[in-house]
Parts: sequence; C-alpha cells; structure tokens
Amino acid sequence: MTAASLDTTAKTSAERGALARARLLRGLLPALSLALVLLAIAWLNPRAISYFGFSLMLNLAIPIALATIAQMFVIAGNELDLSIGTFVGFVGCVTATWLKDAPLVGVVILLGSIGVYALLGALIHLRNLPSIVVTLGMSFVWQGLAILVLPKPGGKAPDWLLAFMAFKPPFVPFPIIAALLIGLIVHFGLMRTSYGVILRGSGGNPAALGRAGWSLLKTKIVLFALAGLFGVLSGMALIGITTSADANIGNGYTLLAIAGVILGGGEFVGGRVSPIGAVIGALTLALAASPLLTFMHIPPDWQVAANGAILIIVLAARVLISRRER
Amino acid sequence: MVAGNADIIRLNGAEKHFGAVRALGGVDFHVGPGECVGLVGHNGAGKSTLMHMVAGTLMPDSGQIGVHGGIEDNYSVSRAQQLGIRCVFQELSLCPNLSVAENTRINHASLRGFGWRRKAAELIAAKLDEIFPGHSISAGDIVGDLSIGRRQMVEVARAFTVTQDRLDLVILDEPTSSLDAHTAGQLLAFVRRFVAGGKSCILISHVLGEVLRNADRIVVMRDGKVVVADAAGAFDRDRLVTAMGGAEARQKIAAEVAAAKPGASPLRVRARPAGQKDGTDLVACAGEVIGLAGLAGHGQTDLLLAIFGAASRTKAGIEVTAPVALVAGDRQSDGIFPQWSIAQNIGIRSLARLRTGLLISPQSEAELAAFWQKKIGIRTPDMNNNILSLSGGNQQKALFARALGSDAGIVLMDDPMRGVDIGTKLEVYELVREEARRGRTFLWYTTETEELDNCDHIYVFKNGRIVANLRRDELTEEKIIQSSFGDAA
Repeated sequence: MTAASLDTTAKTSAERGALARARLLRGLLPALSLALVLLAIAWLNPRAISYFGFSLMLNLAIPIALATIAQMFVIAGNELDLSIGTFVGFVGCVTATWLKDAPLVGVVILLGSIGVYALLGALIHLRNLPSIVVTLGMSFVWQGLAILVLPKPGGKAPDWLLAFMAFKPPFVPFPIIAALLIGLIVHFGLMRTSYGVILRGSGGNPAALGRAGWSLLKTKIVLFALAGLFGVLSGMALIGITTSADANIGNGYTLLAIAGVILGGGEFVGGRVSPIGAVIGALTLALAASPLLTFMHIPPDWQVAANGAILIIVLAARVLISRRER
Repeated sequence: MVAGNADIIRLNGAEKHFGAVRALGGVDFHVGPGECVGLVGHNGAGKSTLMHMVAGTLMPDSGQIGVHGGIEDNYSVSRAQQLGIRCVFQELSLCPNLSVAENTRINHASLRGFGWRRKAAELIAAKLDEIFPGHSISAGDIVGDLSIGRRQMVEVARAFTVTQDRLDLVILDEPTSSLDAHTAGQLLAFVRRFVAGGKSCILISHVLGEVLRNADRIVVMRDGKVVVADAAGAFDRDRLVTAMGGAEARQKIAAEVAAAKPGASPLRVRARPAGQKDGTDLVACAGEVIGLAGLAGHGQTDLLLAIFGAASRTKAGIEVTAPVALVAGDRQSDGIFPQWSIAQNIGIRSLARLRTGLLISPQSEAELAAFWQKKIGIRTPDMNNNILSLSGGNQQKALFARALGSDAGIVLMDDPMRGVDIGTKLEVYELVREEARRGRTFLWYTTETEELDNCDHIYVFKNGRIVANLRRDELTEEKIIQSSFGDAA
C-alpha cells in the first residue's frame, strides 16, 4: 500500500517534470523567435544592432505592441476584434485634429470611443452575437468616421505627444523600455491580480464563473473597455511617431495584432493568453515585417509574402511543441 | 417563517417545468444539520434539477425554499454561498486555463488584495492534504494539465474550503465518478468526518453501495417526484433498485455468463503492455468479454489505445485480427462531436457503408440512427437534434451505437459508464452480452468492480503491467484490491 503510493508519486513527478519542461519550452518560444530574428539581422547587418539602429527599427513597434495587447484582451474572453485596425486609424485622425486643436473635445471623443467599445462588449454578451460579425461591422463604422474627421491625409500631432514619443533615454532605446513597461504592467494586471484571474476565467469556463456568482456581462465589458483603452493608446503612439495622420493608417493592424497574440503563445479560445508573449510577438512582427526583409534584399513586392512565410514557420514550430506536450 | 425549524434547507412543493416537460412535480425535500442525505434515481428523475434549486442556480416555478428556518424569496447562487451551501456539479466546473490556486480564488470573493495568491494556494493545499493525503497535486499546477481524476479531486476539495462565508451543506453530485477506489474511499471517509462534525452533505451517486454505506438517510426520486425517503438502515440494494424502478438483473447476468462458456473460438487480440517484463499477454477470443481492472490510470487506457492503433498500423507485441471500434470514457473531450446531430454522431464510424458514390447518403445515415435508437433506447423526439440535447446517459448510448453499429469485430471500452444511471447501465450490459454471443469481442476497462461481473476474464493492471489474470469464477473484490495494492510483481 505504501509502496503503491510511493510508486505513483515517483511516476507523477517524472510526468510533471516533462510537462513543465514542455510548457517552459512553449513559454520561451516567443522569446526564441525574437532572438532568431535579431540574430539574422545582426548577421546580415551588424551595424543595425546599436542604440540608433534599434530606435529606428523598433520605431513602429510601440503602436503595434499596444494594438496587440488590445486584441489580447478581446481574445482572452474568447472573442475576436476585427475592428482594432480601423479603430487605431480613427483614433489617429482624432489625435491629429481635435486633440491638437481642441484638446477637451478630443479627450471626450477618445473616452467616448472607449465607452463604445464597452457597449459593444455588453451587446455581444447580452444578444449572444458573434463578435466577428459585430466588430467587422464596426470596422467600417470606424473607417467611415476616420474619413469624416480627416478626409485627406494631414493633420498634426500635439506637441506634447511628439515630445513624448521622441524621448531618448540613455543607453537603452525608448521602444525597448516602452515595450518592457507595457508588458510588465499588463502582465501584473491580468496575470497577477485577483480580478485578472476572473477575466481569464471568463475565457476558460464561463459557465463555471457564472455559477460561482460572477457577472459575465461585467467581465466582457471590462475586457472590451480595456481593448478600447489600449486601442486609443496605440493610435496616439502611432501619430506621435508619424506626426500626421491618414484615415487608412491603421488598417494593417487588425491582422498584425491577431498574429502577435498567437505568436506570443496565446490561443483563440480557452482564455490562454500571455501579455509578455504578446508584446514579444509584436516586436518580432515589427522586426520581421520590414527591417529583416530589407536587409535580406527581398524586393518590396515580395515582402508581404515573405512576412507570411515567417509567420507560418513560427506558428508551425508552436504547434509541434504543443503536440509534444500531450 | 417556520418556527423551530432547524433544517439547513427545506423545499416545500417545488415544481419546475422546462417547456412542456415537467422536471419536478411538487417535491418536498429537507436536509438537517449533521446528516448525510443520499439521493438516488435514474438519469432524468429530477435529481439534478432539485440540486440546482438547492444550490440557487435554478428557481422553482412554484413552491418555497427555506434556509436555516427563514423563507428565501430571492434565492440565488451568491445568496446560497452566503448561507453556507455549496455544490460540486457533475460536469466539471473548473477553468482549465487557470492554476489550482486561481480556481480556488474564483469561488472566494474575499481572496483578494496583497498576498491573495499565497493565501489561495495554502487554502487549497491544506484541504487537499486533509481529504486526499498523498494526492501529489500542487497549487501551481494548471488544471488543464491534470488528469480527469485529479481535476475531480481539486473540485471536491475546493467546495470544502472556507474563507469568510459559513459552510453548512455541500452537495456532491457523482463525486467519485472519475476517482479510483482508493481516492473514492478517502473522499467518503472525509464526508463521514465532515458530517460527524455537525455539517451536512447531499450525496448523489449511481454506485448504490456508496450511498448505502455512507448516507444516514436516503431519498429516492422517480419521474420528478420523491417516491421513498427513509433511514439508510431501512434500505438494502434490492429495495433501492425496486424503488428506483430498475429491475434487478444482476443475478440474471451472472447466470448467463456462467452458462455461455465459450468453446474454442478464433483469436481476436493478443497484446502485451509496453512495460510488461514477464511474458504475460492479454488474450481475447471471439465472443469474449475481457475486463481490465485495477486502480484508475495504471495503463489500462494506454493498452486500449495501443490496440486501437495496432488495428491500422502493425505494432510489435500486439496482434489484432478484426476491425476495432473504441467507446471513449471522457465523452465530452474524446467522444462526441458537439456540433453534430445524434444521427451524424452515430454514423461517423460507418461512413464507408453509408456512402452512395462520393457523398454520404442522408437516408442510410437516418436508417442506421433509427435502428439504433430503437435497439438501444436513445430517448429523443428526433435523431437530427444536436447531440448535446441528450442527457449524459443517452449521449453515452449514442457512442455505444456508434461502435456497435460499425463493422468492428472488437469493441474497446474505456470506462464508458462513468456517471451513467443504473437503468442505462443494465440495458447496455444486456446489449454487450448479446453482441458477445454473436461473436463480437469486448475489451472493457472499468473502475466499478460490479461491472466486472459481466466479463469472462479479468486482467488486473498496476503501473502499466498486468499483475493478475482471473477467470470469472475466481473473481472477488478482495482479489482485485489485493493485486492493485500489492507489491509490484
């Protein structure tokens, strides 16, 4: 009897060790893919690995990382946001016009747009609508509003925003510090706090959460409002870098954000997401998107396809590792 | 206000209708302090509906709910929690993406603020140690990585954790369905200690012996009504089964098994577990029902899956001479296609036969489904309904129909009767015997010793090896427990 229980303990601890290793490997995969892209860049163009090089290459990584985090909140609740790209574009247009000319109106509009996101969450939960349909519809609404605000490219970012995005800290480039901060803050909020557990639980087993007395309406509203908040931050950061706006400026962000979440170890259903992984995924995409391919002398015509190929390779590696875990 | 009422909960004349279906028709039910109430009845007898009312997840259409002597007009889950009533539901209600400690947090709104992770981890670890000594579950484990048995242990332990709310009554709905005999014994012993401490339990189980041995009072339900309620000592197995309305078919089966001695029949399976060092093989011939016994998770499922794999691809040490079908044990994750209809779920194993040209013929699919609906008694108005519209027992019947309706000469059963009511079980046992007489071979892994009565030959597993090899007439519960717990052979 004692021998039996000792036996099973030994067996399960070995099993658990193997599982833990596989999970560690999966957790490290986003970091590994980022390291791989960095190595390739260093090999192709050693001069790029410098303070100035990183500042330049990772310039657009901050808005991508923020949009990815926005998407991650939605995915954590088993939904998908197809409107985040045009939403970022809309925020950009508001930032380059109202926020500079009439800051108060601008702030009200941006806060209101976060409120719209919260309402969308409520609508999706109450009417049990597929989020893909609702957000696809909203993507056209945001696009239309962006064109209304800024019919042709132009506008100018507020000076304080320009100054903030041009901040040059000593030794470590600003985008890297910003990415670290974003990742750590969201990690703490979603992975370590007691309400973060409830938010992730709403993606893992909503029925169980409801039975334990939690409001699923509230979790969905909070998740969508957070997505709206980070969408606003993403749009503002983007305009702080580009200095002027265009109604189509964020369109590519929808798919980049989804890919960033998945690249960072998240899954479409089941509430399995990782904020730090998502930020790393966004950085990897930002680097692989153009600097790497330019250094590889891949003509611009082929860059989009090459980008897709990189995505497929990394995601395939993830599937292989998860399969070994079973 | 009912004066002098010391009951923890009392339902008077509770009624519930779902559309045209009457789930509960005027039930009176109460639980006093310091008692363990056993609740038995077929699937669909109304047990779950009644328990959902006690737990606050469903409101009765009419009737009263009183808790601790006061009438509750706005009873709800959170109100039940405040009043010290918890429920472990039959479907697992843990979040697979969260850790054991985080899942504990979900049930305790007061676990918050600085240091909540440590508090939650200590709370659940202490309770697991208390109920299941030697459990080898860590509070940091992600629930999705745990086996189904361990998940059930976590879920049970979580229901008994206490923070700021009181705890008076825990409803255990099939708490042992995924546990092996050893951990089930630990849990039931804990329930007795819990009750001895003045708290109360409602125990729902299809294993009648468990209820008879552990309950103080037994309530029998049938067709949405309480038919008998009496002290546990006043019942024996026969009286319970009669009250539930199931015919006692056990002796009949045993007699039949004894009568149908298989003669020399062709070999169907010869398999050796991967970890087997001596030359012991598992041998199954046509027309035999072979039982795989032992504690849960000791290599029985692995061997079944190896045999299943060997049917399509040759494997060393395993010989299979007929097509194979598998009836999965964890029906939600390995068995059913949740988006599909009942008929589609049954037809999937027989697509080759259901084809006309390149397409599946809906007509032959419907015929196959209708045949098995009649034969196995799947209770549904329409086989084109979604499979999830069926109760758990009927879903399992559909999975049996999938395997038995196929061309498979060998049927592997991976503990398929988990949480299935006794009426359904007896029907399926009968069917298995009948199919075996027609020459089909069954390999049947089960954690319920009673089911082994249906087998011609039993192999007991321990640590991935066969440690005992018993004929039907040599089988006793003691022998199985002895070999399961004995020193490794």
